[in-house]
Amino acid sequence: MSDPAAISVEALSYSYGERVALSDVSFQVKPEEIFGLLGPNGSGKTTLFRLLCTLMPIQSGAASLSEADVKTSPAEVRRKIGITFQSPSLDDRLTVRENLKHHGHLYGLRGSELAQLIEQLLTHVGLVDRMGETVSKLSGGMKRRVEIAKGLLHRPEILLLDEPSTGLDPGARHDLWQYLRKLRDEQQVTILVTTHLMEEAERCDRLAILNQGELVAMDTPEMLRSSIGGDCITISTSDQNSLQNRLRDQFQLDASIIGNQLRIGRENGHELIRDLVDAFPDDIESISLGKPTLEDVFIQKTGHRFWEDEAVV
Amino acid sequence: MNESLKSSANSSSYWLAVCSLSQREIVRFLRQRTRVVGALGQPVIFWVLFGAGLYGSFQPPEWASADMTYQEYFFPGVAVMILLFTAIFSTISIIEDRREGFLQGVLVSPVPRSVIVFGKLIGGTILAVGQAILFLIFGFCLHWFGLAPEIRLNLTILDWLAVLSFMCLLGFTLTGLGYVIAWPMSSTQGFHAIMSVFLLPMWLLSGAIFPVGSTGWLSWVMWINPLTYGVACLRRLMYSNSISPDAVGLPGVALSFSVTLLFCLVCVMIATQLTNRRSALNTR
Repeated sequence: MSDPAAISVEALSYSYGERVALSDVSFQVKPEEIFGLLGPNGSGKTTLFRLLCTLMPIQSGAASLSEADVKTSPAEVRRKIGITFQSPSLDDRLTVRENLKHHGHLYGLRGSELAQLIEQLLTHVGLVDRMGETVSKLSGGMKRRVEIAKGLLHRPEILLLDEPSTGLDPGARHDLWQYLRKLRDEQQVTILVTTHLMEEAERCDRLAILNQGELVAMDTPEMLRSSIGGDCITISTSDQNSLQNRLRDQFQLDASIIGNQLRIGRENGHELIRDLVDAFPDDIESISLGKPTLEDVFIQKTGHRFWEDEAVV
Repeated sequence: MNESLKSSANSSSYWLAVCSLSQREIVRFLRQRTRVVGALGQPVIFWVLFGAGLYGSFQPPEWASADMTYQEYFFPGVAVMILLFTAIFSTISIIEDRREGFLQGVLVSPVPRSVIVFGKLIGGTILAVGQAILFLIFGFCLHWFGLAPEIRLNLTILDWLAVLSFMCLLGFTLTGLGYVIAWPMSSTQGFHAIMSVFLLPMWLLSGAIFPVGSTGWLSWVMWINPLTYGVACLRRLMYSNSISPDAVGLPGVALSFSVTLLFCLVCVMIATQLTNRRSALNTR
């Protein structure tokens, strides 16, 4: 007797003309779960997000939220979801209260009930004293918080957030996550978050990693990290290929070249480090040992660094 | 369409959303003072300057009374210009809404797509008709300053109501036209281009500024221009005392009204169709 999935995505593909943005992505989000979609810019997570929130037409595959099909009953989906976009969706010329009021009207809320909800939410996000201010006068972080309040105003069953901490300082980011957990625990809201921040991905209950439109891994953050096993050794060297070959010959180690570094996943890394430094004193410029991070998971699953494109530039 | 039928059961929510979106249009307009001045100022200046410049050379058309001045002729034309400009400019906000992101927030809400259309159109119509009314009042007052001749309309309250109602229909139609043009556009520059090569000529060739001739290619263009009928209908309603109902050379009220209504329905239908489409355009 398992609950039906809150969000179900099946074999979803999408392309912009020739360019494939999503290919054959399937996953399910359980009710009352904070589910993260982690991927670098251009990995397809925003496309997936837009398909789920009914902005773009589904080309192939299927998706449903709370058992409402995105393709055939968009209106029903829209009633069930609350959305915080990555790009702003507020009217700069209106006040905070006016923005929320119009939003409430679109969801059939009105009068004193609406006024109360607005005040409650703004208290939650700490902006109740800025209610009458024009949005254009707010700081970036404050606007973000209004956006989040807007997504929550109509008490959605499912909350979709696209890069929610964009423009938030660490303190506000912390508050946001605390609030999201509270929503999950107290109001049984299912939450889907897209992010490119490892630190944010760590906070999700479960995580799907997207790379170039494909789903490359999905599990809890802990399971993903432990799937790599042991420690992670990173070696900086001037000639990666030759060192890679010699590691294979002398140590039977399979090191992968990531950018200008070599990376080895291994139990008891600290012992290996000593041996390696003894064996190749002249080749190793620097060597470091760490517990695997989500970034290591990403590297292992995709064979390239999370920020590869940016690193080259 | 299916969506709108389903939710029409809950019609109070429907109109709540429509009114809310229209109200936003009006609030936004009023917070941009320059738009208020621009939309009213230019037509008034046109009216005064053209009126003064063409005062001597104007020949009233056959259907008008012989002593009609150019400013009297031009009066309904300027009212239509104000309707056109205000209506059209208020739909430019679609492009801004899209760019600023407000539109995507509306598009993911559960309202039937026709709410988005009607919210914009009703808001735009209220603004357009409001500005036109200001102009009518202003036009009468200019006479006292010697900037315009007396406008002799002699209308009863009922006649004025007919004028007002028709201005609402025409304003709604023109906002619908603007909506259809603005919806697929990604930049306001593109809209301004359409404005100068399509919308302004449409007004110039509507009988607003000079009468429709009886021969030649120009008269053909004018006869197929739907706005010609809008101007004609407003003119006939305003000068119902001096233009006889069976005067030739100017379309009759019934015909003009029907053409305008048809034009309106076509624009609203296309606007709803466009808005119903889910496309990558919506996410810009």
